[in-house]
Amino acid sequence: MRFIKSDINLNFIGKSKLAFYISATMILISFFSLILHKGPKYGIDFAGGTLIQVKLFAPASINIIKSGLDTIDLGKSSVQQFGDKEENEYLIKTDISVMTSQGLSGKVKNALEAATGKEVEIRRIEMVGPQVGKDLREKALFAMFYSLLFITIYISGRFEFKWILSGIMAAALMSSVYFLSFINLSIPILITSALILALILFWFLNLKYAMGAIVAIIHDVIITVGIFSIFDKEFTLPIIAALLTIIGYSLNDTIIVFDRIRENLKKYRKKPLDFTINKSINETLSRTILTSLTTLTVVIALFVMGGGIVHDFAFAMIIGILIGTYSSIYVASPILLIWRRRGKKIQL
Amino acid sequence: MKNFSWRVILVFAVIIAAIVYILPTINQGWWPHKKINLGLDLQGGMHLVLEVDTEKSVESTIERMTYELRSLLKKENIRYIGIDRIEDTKISLKIRGNNNILSFNKLLDTELKDLRVLSESTDDEILTMVLNLPDNETRHIKKLAAEQALETIRNRIDQFGVNEPDIRRQGEKRILIQLPGIKDTQRAKELIGKTALLEFKLLDETHDLDAALKGNIPAGSELLYQDNEDSATERVIKSPYLVKKRTLLTGEYLTDARVQIDSQFNEPYISINFDKKGARIFERITEENVKKRLAIVLDNKVYSAPVIQEKITGGEARITGNFTTEEARDLAIVLRAGALPAPVEIIEERTVGPSLGADSIRKGLISMYVGGILVVLFMIVYYKVSGLIANIALILNIVLIAGGLAGFQATLTLPGIAGIILTIGMAVDANVLIFERIREEMNLGKTQRAAVNAGYSKATLTILDANVTTLIAALVLFQFGTGPVKGFAVTLSLGVLASLFTALILTRLVFDYLLINRKIKSLSI
Repeated sequence: MRFIKSDINLNFIGKSKLAFYISATMILISFFSLILHKGPKYGIDFAGGTLIQVKLFAPASINIIKSGLDTIDLGKSSVQQFGDKEENEYLIKTDISVMTSQGLSGKVKNALEAATGKEVEIRRIEMVGPQVGKDLREKALFAMFYSLLFITIYISGRFEFKWILSGIMAAALMSSVYFLSFINLSIPILITSALILALILFWFLNLKYAMGAIVAIIHDVIITVGIFSIFDKEFTLPIIAALLTIIGYSLNDTIIVFDRIRENLKKYRKKPLDFTINKSINETLSRTILTSLTTLTVVIALFVMGGGIVHDFAFAMIIGILIGTYSSIYVASPILLIWRRRGKKIQL
Repeated sequence: MKNFSWRVILVFAVIIAAIVYILPTINQGWWPHKKINLGLDLQGGMHLVLEVDTEKSVESTIERMTYELRSLLKKENIRYIGIDRIEDTKISLKIRGNNNILSFNKLLDTELKDLRVLSESTDDEILTMVLNLPDNETRHIKKLAAEQALETIRNRIDQFGVNEPDIRRQGEKRILIQLPGIKDTQRAKELIGKTALLEFKLLDETHDLDAALKGNIPAGSELLYQDNEDSATERVIKSPYLVKKRTLLTGEYLTDARVQIDSQFNEPYISINFDKKGARIFERITEENVKKRLAIVLDNKVYSAPVIQEKITGGEARITGNFTTEEARDLAIVLRAGALPAPVEIIEERTVGPSLGADSIRKGLISMYVGGILVVLFMIVYYKVSGLIANIALILNIVLIAGGLAGFQATLTLPGIAGIILTIGMAVDANVLIFERIREEMNLGKTQRAAVNAGYSKATLTILDANVTTLIAALVLFQFGTGPVKGFAVTLSLGVLASLFTALILTRLVFDYLLINRKIKSLSI
């Protein structure tokens, strides 16, 4: 059985302009949503605060719960349904943490039991102090940055045999980030500027494959973050794990196309570059679609049945897989063509 | 076919090793006795991060040195106007008179050479000096405080009785505590977080308590409170005491603390024993202060303030208060384990109830089965016999991950289960790559055997490249992640390694066996 005929020849490169507009629009919408929501919505892992997951043994309306909580001082708090409706589970979040959390769960339990008249189970408490939240936020950004950096070294090394060049570049970037982090520069600005600097360096050092891969990754991450922002979902530690996995996954796809391009470049020496790239995308298309399908299948299973705690994680993965598949076809490969269009000598 | 048999041995060795490591998880008694560890999010428990306020340990060292300096100057007959702790960690000192200044300067070079002079000025025969501790000494005190806090907390938790607690330093002044399966989390937190600084101080009976309550607190004294809980109304009533600031004796000389029941009132109290030195000090205090009231203060709260009836020898004292038996037991534990060198603060807490953990495992497994079965069915429909081979590889993959988790004593967390599920989806990728390649080669007119050979040799590097990048992301994640997220990085890495092994070695072996040894001409793919 096959979904995609072996002699398939779709003109992907011919549509790269359209793809560019689509990508640009999605990125703009992402940024717009982020600005509208005043940045990413941080969960308590990053913002600090307390989260309490409660289970009621009989249904109760959210208003009863809220009025029950009003009897104790919870600061700025919110209540939301969690997981399946039949489970009667709720998440209570407040911005208070650390010192005041002494005995908080007991107070919440008593208040809710008084309000609903039924037994209440405290299933999960997460409290993160403001300093820890800030630390985790910075660590998460650094993790994303470093995984990007290491991956690009690997790509430049494997595809262009520029291990030393990319290694030196990465070392320079890492040490400058390391030293700059001592002066009081905000970490997001630091990482963004390091990324932009990396892109400029890739450009001038002619590290085309690394450039293509990293642009695709940044594209995927921005859009996933943007969609999270549009759906008003929170960023937590598992979401960062999902983003890093998306980075790995999107690269997986990209590298398989790149590998084929490299192979075909030797085979079709006389043909123009866009022909070779297009052919490579077509040849790997069947695999790209199949793997996306199987991965999507399991992630959707996780999304539907995995329960509330992994729900958002699975959601991020679903978006990431879709965007990652798209970007390895329409974003990463066309970037290789930029060098040719600029009239530079190509040595892919 | 020497190469072939070597690969067979390798494959079987790996599979058997994985199965052996999984066995103890199924039946606890079996060798090699390494169960798959479940994370706190799956088995329930409490994860705490404490921050030791190491700055305070420097402050108390300086405070102590200020006292010592005063008694040293008294001993050396040097008159001073004032010796005080200022700006938390500095000592300010004023000495009048040339003779006094001269002998003090001598002292500075001998007894006090560990102190650093920050500023010094002499004006009208008055020497003003500010001293503090050198930086490396401060660092040392802080490091010691963090280490000591860790030890003390470990002691307390050991005595409290928790199965397999994990307590470790995190960074310079943080302590990570994992308490699996703990039920009474509030009690555990109080036990861990209590500074447990036991002090004996005299009540200030010469000044008026009411005046002090109005804000007129005499120098050298302070207001401390006693909490009295009314058992009927559950209200806490605070009663104030005017206590002299000077600490006569601390809990550092304590050798034992035990819960006893008062036979008269049937109330629990804590009996404490001092060592020889402590007993001597206690004897002296009680001797010098008969008929005065001695406050027993724990963490700046007065527990009781009995009148000293007579000199107490033997170094035994009792702490009474309105304790429940549980509170008394916990208090005895913290007193035995000793005081924390500096206060600690809980800066992160994650508690998962056992029922939620069980729920998470159930839901994780269900989605794993459903996702897995869908993928397995798909592979059979799409690739027929070859799909079956890929499915064998997939199942072995999960066996290898489980064996790896047990073998490396890694921890399985909820995101870790998500990682395994993700691996199921991605593990078939390597096989899909190979199969698609084989199909391409067959389209070129090659025989199946040649196509399989070409397919594997061309796909191998691609598969390696693609998986190394995922591995890089997973390793970075492992480095940065905490708890559950680390578990995800672990299963993802194991999954990548396992799928490399099964796709590049195992399925190849099956194909070779079928096509070469069994001479099958064509396999549906």
